[in-house]
Amino acid sequence: MEPLLAILVGLFFAAAIYLMLSKFTIRIMLGIAILGNAVNLLLFTSGRLTREVPPIIPAGLDALPAGTANPLPQALILTAIVISFSFLAFLLVLTYRAYQDLGTDDTSKMRAAEPDDRPLPPLGY
Amino acid sequence: MAAPTTIDLSAALITAPVPIGHWLAILPVAHCIMLGAVLLMLRAHLRLQAWFAIAGLVMLALIDAALLAKVAAEGPLTMVMGRWLPPFGIAFTVDLFGALMAFTSALVALAAGIYALADIGESGRRYGFFPLLMLLMAGATGAFLTGDVFNLYVWFEVLLISSFGLIILGSERQQIDGALKYAVLNLIATTLFLIGVGILYAAFGTLNMADIAARARDLRATAPLMTLASLFLLAFAMKAAAFPVNFWLPAAYHTPRIVVSALFAGLLTKVGIYALIRVVVMLLPVERQELSLLIALAAGATILVGALGALAENDIRRLFGYVVISGIGNMLAGVAIGGPGGGISGAVFYAVHSMVLMTALYLAAGEIARRGGGFLLSGLGGLYRQSGAFTALSLMLFLAACGLPPFSGFWPKVILVKASLDSGAWWLAAVILVGGFLTTIAFGRLFLLAYWRPAPTAAMPSAALWRTGLPLAALTALVVGFGILPEWLLALSQSAAAGLADPQAYLHSVFPGGIR
Repeated sequence: MEPLLAILVGLFFAAAIYLMLSKFTIRIMLGIAILGNAVNLLLFTSGRLTREVPPIIPAGLDALPAGTANPLPQALILTAIVISFSFLAFLLVLTYRAYQDLGTDDTSKMRAAEPDDRPLPPLGY
Repeated sequence: MAAPTTIDLSAALITAPVPIGHWLAILPVAHCIMLGAVLLMLRAHLRLQAWFAIAGLVMLALIDAALLAKVAAEGPLTMVMGRWLPPFGIAFTVDLFGALMAFTSALVALAAGIYALADIGESGRRYGFFPLLMLLMAGATGAFLTGDVFNLYVWFEVLLISSFGLIILGSERQQIDGALKYAVLNLIATTLFLIGVGILYAAFGTLNMADIAARARDLRATAPLMTLASLFLLAFAMKAAAFPVNFWLPAAYHTPRIVVSALFAGLLTKVGIYALIRVVVMLLPVERQELSLLIALAAGATILVGALGALAENDIRRLFGYVVISGIGNMLAGVAIGGPGGGISGAVFYAVHSMVLMTALYLAAGEIARRGGGFLLSGLGGLYRQSGAFTALSLMLFLAACGLPPFSGFWPKVILVKASLDSGAWWLAAVILVGGFLTTIAFGRLFLLAYWRPAPTAAMPSAALWRTGLPLAALTALVVGFGILPEWLLALSQSAAAGLADPQAYLHSVFPGGIR
């Protein structure tokens, strides 16, 4: 199971990086969404995959019996999902606003902060 | 999973109450978050909110000072949430390095808060400048104090989301543009960090920093620690704006309100450097050694790119942005040299100096614009004639930024140059010195054009404001103080570096019963 998921994670990363190399902000956003999911899957896989034994301590024992699933990666993923979702929401709004204000979604034409015709500093008095 | 552990697990399940002194480790963060909530409730009373925020920042500085004093006197301090001892609970472990950075960041935030009374108008306050400032401090302080790698990631995100809020405060066209680049690249950097955390967890089965530091020696043969160290290096270098991944900084740092720029320049990149030092120096020291040539090359390139960028700029805010980058190069050089005696203590000293100095420089840029009517060198002039006191103050900051004595930039550079000569990297020493020289030319030109040159237009002499003058003067006093009386900070940064190189006290504070 782990090799399969590892390949899937690799595919996700490849797609995410391909999309993030684009000039258009909306594709970059899609890339970021996929990247977030790739990382979540990676966290999930890194906790080792075991089948069907829920992480519940049986009555009379102090610790989990051997062979149970690891609950910690799921807690980590839950946190990461919430964070990446909220960031994606913020970024989408920001992108839309940038599209409204700057009139383009092409990052090579977004030069409001760094205009092409910036003057050099004065070379003398 | 379940790596064979020799930690006494049954002791970890006994939930005795947390000793009262240990609350100090979490108090700064809790204070920031609570104050952020209170400020949000006060959003209809803008004047009251501002004064509340200043009082809260003063409190934060006092708490951090108490924490620093306690840690300096008694060694690292650990608080575990709910007394679920590690490896179960999330630990806040404060050592000297973290406490020092937290205290400095509180001072910087206080100065920025006071400056904001004048700089951030009604609409900025209505959009939540002060609550966002407190949450930014919560994120920064949390990152400095936490003892858990995943927790570090979470504080990074807290920091990041509040910085997004701050950077678009005002919603001008160029702000939106800068914010988009800043947001996307920083989010990618934190995601890279999270990938590192996932692999770290797969390799170690734990995310507690003390646990990882103790076990890294045994796992060297089996776990992909080099991959991990490289990933963390890339992620934190991106956060800190080191050379190949620095281009978001000059694109974004000049767009927000000047006090926001000052905060960012003082805090954000230093959080990246802090995390880099914490992870590669304390957790993966052998890997740092093997990567040291790569880090040194990146450091040298960062110093030169920063200095040359500063030379070519017309906008003083962008000029200062390049100076931030050049400073990051100096800290990275310290990381590359390593060693508790020179490299790391130089980097720690430089980080503290740079936090204070960069904030002060940006606040001075705001003051220059207020007096001279703009940020462009081509339009400035006659500031010396307008106010001698402000000129003297700026000159001190400029000299400190160039690393000239007797100001605070001098000592860390001396330490770094000496350490790199001692370790045989003469070219790194040369790059540090050449970088300082080029920065001196850039600042010399700034001084010449903005201060000495006769005013191109009859600039309005404007009355000094205590709200902008006080924080600027206080930060400058710190810069001068660090330069003239460096022993105190030098001793602190040396023992902080010693604690990082040999984290026995840190481990003992997390696992009082011993690890094996």
